Amino acid sequence: MPSLTHFLMLGLILFSIGVAGVLLRRNIIIVLMSLELIFNAVNINLAAFSYYLQSLNGTIFVIFNITIAAAEVAVGLAILVVVYRQRKTVYLDELHEMRG
Amino acid sequence: MAEAVWLIPILPLFGAIINGLAGNRIGKKAVGFIGCAAVGLSHLILISTFFQLSTLPHLDRSITVAGFEWFASGYFRIDFSLLIDPLSILIGLVVTGVGFLIHIYSLGYMHADKAYWRYFSYLNLFIFFMLLLVLSADYIVMYLGWEGVGLCSYLLIGFWYEKKTASDAGKKAFIVNRVGDVGFILGLFLLFWSLSELGVHSLKFQDVFENAHRLDPGRLTWITLLLFVGAMGKSAQFPLHVWLPDAMEGPTPVSALIHAATMVTAGVYMVARSSVLFTLAPISGEIVAIIGILTAFFAATIALVQNDIKRVLAYSTISQLGYMFAAVGIGAYSAGIFHLISHAFIKGLLFLGAGSVIHALSGDQDMRNMGGLSRHMKITSVTFTIGAIALAGIPPTSGFWSKDEILWELFQNGHYIIAILGLLTVFLTAFYLFRQVFMVFSGKPAPDRQIDRPIDESPRIMTIPLIALAVLALGGGVIGISFFGGESFLHVYLSPVFEPGSLVLPKTHGTTAFVMMAVSMTLGLLGIFLAALFYLEPLRSIAPKFLNPGEIAKRFSGIYQLLCNKYYVDEFYAAAIVRPVKRFCQICLSFDLFVIDGVVNGAGWLTRLVAWLSHQFDSYLVDGAVNSLASVVNIGSRVWGRIQTGYLQNYALVFILGILFIIGGVMLVI
Amino acid sequence: MEQLFFYIFAIIAVAAALAVITVKNPVHSAVSLIVCLIQVAALYVLLKIPFLAAVQVFIYVGAVMVLFLFAVMIIDIGKERLKEQVHGQKKYAIPAVILFFVATGYMVLWGKLTVPTPNDPAPLPGFHIEGIGKFLYTKYIFPFEIVSVLLLVALVGAIVLVMKDKKGNRPKDHTIDEKP
Repeated sequence: MPSLTHFLMLGLILFSIGVAGVLLRRNIIIVLMSLELIFNAVNINLAAFSYYLQSLNGTIFVIFNITIAAAEVAVGLAILVVVYRQRKTVYLDELHEMRG
Repeated sequence: MAEAVWLIPILPLFGAIINGLAGNRIGKKAVGFIGCAAVGLSHLILISTFFQLSTLPHLDRSITVAGFEWFASGYFRIDFSLLIDPLSILIGLVVTGVGFLIHIYSLGYMHADKAYWRYFSYLNLFIFFMLLLVLSADYIVMYLGWEGVGLCSYLLIGFWYEKKTASDAGKKAFIVNRVGDVGFILGLFLLFWSLSELGVHSLKFQDVFENAHRLDPGRLTWITLLLFVGAMGKSAQFPLHVWLPDAMEGPTPVSALIHAATMVTAGVYMVARSSVLFTLAPISGEIVAIIGILTAFFAATIALVQNDIKRVLAYSTISQLGYMFAAVGIGAYSAGIFHLISHAFIKGLLFLGAGSVIHALSGDQDMRNMGGLSRHMKITSVTFTIGAIALAGIPPTSGFWSKDEILWELFQNGHYIIAILGLLTVFLTAFYLFRQVFMVFSGKPAPDRQIDRPIDESPRIMTIPLIALAVLALGGGVIGISFFGGESFLHVYLSPVFEPGSLVLPKTHGTTAFVMMAVSMTLGLLGIFLAALFYLEPLRSIAPKFLNPGEIAKRFSGIYQLLCNKYYVDEFYAAAIVRPVKRFCQICLSFDLFVIDGVVNGAGWLTRLVAWLSHQFDSYLVDGAVNSLASVVNIGSRVWGRIQTGYLQNYALVFILGILFIIGGVMLVI
Repeated sequence: MEQLFFYIFAIIAVAAALAVITVKNPVHSAVSLIVCLIQVAALYVLLKIPFLAAVQVFIYVGAVMVLFLFAVMIIDIGKERLKEQVHGQKKYAIPAVILFFVATGYMVLWGKLTVPTPNDPAPLPGFHIEGIGKFLYTKYIFPFEIVSVLLLVALVGAIVLVMKDKKGNRPKDHTIDEKP
């Protein structure tokens, strides 16, 4: 069995990749997907802690996390659809009226 | 009697007030009536007072009628009270009598003047002040009257004030009078101070004269000299005589009343009243006499060459006043007063006659334009000639008796030089008077006189006073004629006043008196003859060449110029006094303009400077502080606002940067 | 043995994640994400919590990713906009991410963040689903209810957001079509 540290590192790597995706991609959908990556990285960490510390709290947390993530994706995609209808674009750098 | 006495000065005062306040509304007739009635009633009351006084015993004839208290301060107290004694009654009668005649005359003379009411108001005011002066019971009230007649003199000389020469003359009169008044008031101060040292805190005549002998003679000399300075100013003695000739700018009746009969005699009256003081200080008496006779001679010489009908008479007045001062200076008080009275009649007559001539010639006063007026103006020429005869000292006129009395007293008391000067002046007086008479009334009319309207005799209202005065000039001498072996009626009458102080003991008139009379009469006739040679037509043509006035003028042109320019006294005053004073005034004006206005302007400028500074402070510092604060915020916000790009991923980057900070912090801790 | 499986799953997950953020086509990206998520489910099994694996597959892969694919389908992107995928801020973002990774990696590996744990802990007593159920309905009942409400809200919200009325217009609220 790999140690906790392995799992944590894995979580970190996935998290970093997800952050890079959020910061670097112009397409909203890709950004939302990178956000899912971040969520999953966190879930891995939580699950690892639950196993190695022999507690179910982590598991419960993961359940809730998944639920929230699902809800958030639903709303986020609804917003995406609305924005696309109005502005006919999905690229974030063309959506910058809320500035100043 | 006491209450009636107060009416004497009050009636003219009321006349002045009524005419002054309402005169221009009540019509000429009413104004004239009020003016004349006021003086006339005063005269009547004086007559009745005179008779009442005569009922009293000879030596008790001195009554003080107390009035109200003017002011009191510490020991010093001044009451408005009147003194009724022979001297004051006599002068008062002269003032109101001659004054009344002149008022009647003025009704005609000033008839066409638009300021008729103002004239009568001033004239009545003058009578009031003169009566106050004459009837006062102490020096302070006398000084009040003294100042008051000076004021009225100014008002009346400058009556036609739109004419510059007239207003200048009024100013000159007042200012020169003022110079004299300074001496007078200084004398009063010294007198009061000296008396206070003795414990007497009053300037009432009674108190002064009773205690005068206790004063130090040297102090008394100063006092009397200072008082005489005042008399010099008021009575136009050298060197304060310069205002009187210029005062002829006023209306002729004014010249008659004020500058011949009454005001100018106030100085003589004052010296006579202060006889006690002057007797106790004989040195100042001498000085008074010397100045008096010198002025008499000096003025007579100037009168020789004057061409204005009134100027001759003005200088003649100065000259005759000199005689009066010569008399009272040596102590011959009643002689001086006698001459005062007769001169009042004569000079009043002469001036009114001159006024009649001027009125007939519509204002022309130059004698060279006159001549042959006797044909047109009978009454005027006759009365004028009578006046000239009287003043020249030809018997049996009053002028002869009074002038002779003075000369006799001078001679009798050893003042020979003064007497001789007096005799010379008699000659000169006769000459210039008859020069005037011949130039004006006799002969042919001057070749270049334009006759725009026929010359008529003046109206009756003007000639009746002339006649009245002529009668008085002829017969008024009766009171002063010294009877052989006794004293004159006048002398006796005035003795209660003067006896305590009179230096001159009553003497019987002996042969020296006759000799004096003969000498003076001869000199007078000689003067008349010379004048006839020069100016009267038939004699003029047959006069020898060297006795022609033109020739003499050319031969002695230096002296002639000197006399024509009145010994350059006015020019001297102008250079020595008037111009420096004017320069001083200029300096004061510049001081005011530059320094005081400069200070005020500087204060204003300073205020503006402070306002400007505070404005600068406000706009730069205060506004600057506020504005810089705003611009700091502005710049800051501009700088920091660049964070809000509107790009979502920029915001996410900032998140990550924040996380990095936290991680860094945690790394530092752990 | 488990270690081997861990490495297999980990590497595939990482590779898939990398694919998610790098490929141009969003559909490809979505599919890569699906692969990654399945690997995570496998890791859950490795951690002896199969329940989580099931939940992950059902919800994440089965619902969320399908939703994503639907969205990609609705958004008709078109091929020509697929160029220039990377944002202008890449020169700031890349160093930040790298720094973040390095710093956190250091913290994890050599920092004192956690207690040392045994490599092979004893499994939890009892069947783990039982425990989860018990916890959910006793200790975590409140969050449970909240989350259900939240799901409802999300559902309603999503519907409301994309709702069109009969005419085909959006309900009236301020649109961003009007340029300021």
